[in-house]
Amino acid sequence: MPANESTLRTTPLRDRHVAAGAKLVPFAGWEMPLQYSGIGSEHLAVRQRAGVFDVSHMGQLEVVGARAEALVERLVTARITGLEVGAARYGVVCREDGGCLDDVIAYRLATDRFLVVTNAANHERDRAWFERHAGEFGCAIGDRRDDFAMLAVQGPAARALVASLVEAEGASADPSPAAADPGSAAAEPPSPPSTDPVSLLPPRMRCRTLRVAGVTALACGTGYTGEDGLELLVAPGAAAALWDALVAAGAQPCGLGARDTLRIEACLPLYGNELREERTPLEAGLDFCVAFGSGFIGEEALRERGAPSELLVPLVADRRTIPRAGCVVRCADSGEAVGEVTSGTFSPLLRRGIALAYVPRTCAVPGTTVDVEIRGRVHTATVARKPLHRTAGPVASSDDDGRAG
Amino acid sequence: MRVSVHTALVSTSATGVAVPRRPTVREKEEPALAEEHYPDDLRYHPEHDWARIEGDTATFGITWYAQDSLGEVVFFDAPEVGTQVRKDEPYAEVESVKAVSDVFAPLSGEVIAVNEELEEHPELINEDPYGRGWLVRVRLADPSEADELMDAAAYRDLLQSQE
Repeated sequence: MPANESTLRTTPLRDRHVAAGAKLVPFAGWEMPLQYSGIGSEHLAVRQRAGVFDVSHMGQLEVVGARAEALVERLVTARITGLEVGAARYGVVCREDGGCLDDVIAYRLATDRFLVVTNAANHERDRAWFERHAGEFGCAIGDRRDDFAMLAVQGPAARALVASLVEAEGASADPSPAAADPGSAAAEPPSPPSTDPVSLLPPRMRCRTLRVAGVTALACGTGYTGEDGLELLVAPGAAAALWDALVAAGAQPCGLGARDTLRIEACLPLYGNELREERTPLEAGLDFCVAFGSGFIGEEALRERGAPSELLVPLVADRRTIPRAGCVVRCADSGEAVGEVTSGTFSPLLRRGIALAYVPRTCAVPGTTVDVEIRGRVHTATVARKPLHRTAGPVASSDDDGRAG
Repeated sequence: MRVSVHTALVSTSATGVAVPRRPTVREKEEPALAEEHYPDDLRYHPEHDWARIEGDTATFGITWYAQDSLGEVVFFDAPEVGTQVRKDEPYAEVESVKAVSDVFAPLSGEVIAVNEELEEHPELINEDPYGRGWLVRVRLADPSEADELMDAAAYRDLLQSQE
């Protein structure tokens, strides 16, 4: 689906979105569904049951070559060396100065092959960046964006729902099919026959090829909602059949609106808002995916900068009004402007305005009260623990923090 | 109603999600024009506000079209009782997940009641924009101002022309 600058790219599911009554909006050069039934109800469906998102705007790059592991290690902050076939890592692509070019998930499809999922708006720049560095590692970079549609099934019931559509005999590693077929994305070796289809699904941060509702899919235990779930990469021509089967099995269609509210509640950064070239992954609180000693581009700069003076924190407003991106954050005691909101929304779970903001380290302690200036008026907000949707739970931030943004 | 969308939500950037300024793409019959969404007993203001006039008082709210354009309302920033509102000027804000909108006074007067129920249930503005989703009651300064407002048919013509 090549497109020039004046036309929006569409996903293979556009007709399904229209039929489902979606509001379609331009996003990162794509025409995407903003919402179907409503952001609030879609959000809660994912928190309580299962939702399905069309995320076909996400890009894919394939890195192929005997030294593919070394190249991806160089380009992505996460530890890649020794990653098993069928495993995935979330990481940041940094500039030499430690600024963020993108956040990606790298899937190891074979010893000499990785699939890297990119953000729609950054895909072309990522491809150029990867190509620029591929030569010295003797690798080839394949642009696979047009070869995949991508559906994200997310929520506590997501695994059971997908498992109900899985055909056991399709779950195997088959390295032979043609390159344009997602089925060629070999993953984990086949597990012994099992009566439990759930056991055929890849665990969190792993991927494997499955037959789902008659469609060959690269199923990945990743997502961007803070819930358990799977992302399914399929050939574009197969997307509609898979979508229909997932919806028929009970997945609620969810748009980009709910995707945004879910990821803010889960305190997951969005490239362009929290992650920018002027910000480092350490400022964004992504220490878990920065492997010092792995030799990634930007590592020396991050080491020289030392501990960041500003950190990304979640805020909960004292009432329903929403702190929006760009709102000034002030120290509650001195009234001094100390930071800025990067994303804000209404939390359907907390029934409060919530936000992500960069503040000085001294203000980043959970429980700290800050003032947020919203349209000329000062509102009180509190620095909270991550993630906001599990306030009773432990502070989660680990290597398991699988996502694709 | 005037929707102000934060720059971070402007389309085609990597950031946020765009909020369409005009009715969004729907390849179905546009429901915003349906007759049942615009009761005959109300008077309408071009900023998509309505007034239900009862003698020298009136109830104000936003129209079905306005709430549909905003999406799920999460906050009504109400004026205080006693506030003087002036016709054609903003007197409050309605906020949805993706946008903030000024609410304009269709008529001038003094606020004598505010819909307290919206504090906990702002979604009533979406669910019942002419009933439980009312915003304020006003003692009118000049009931003859109502002559400048539209009836339902004229307001629907306005919506049609904006399509």
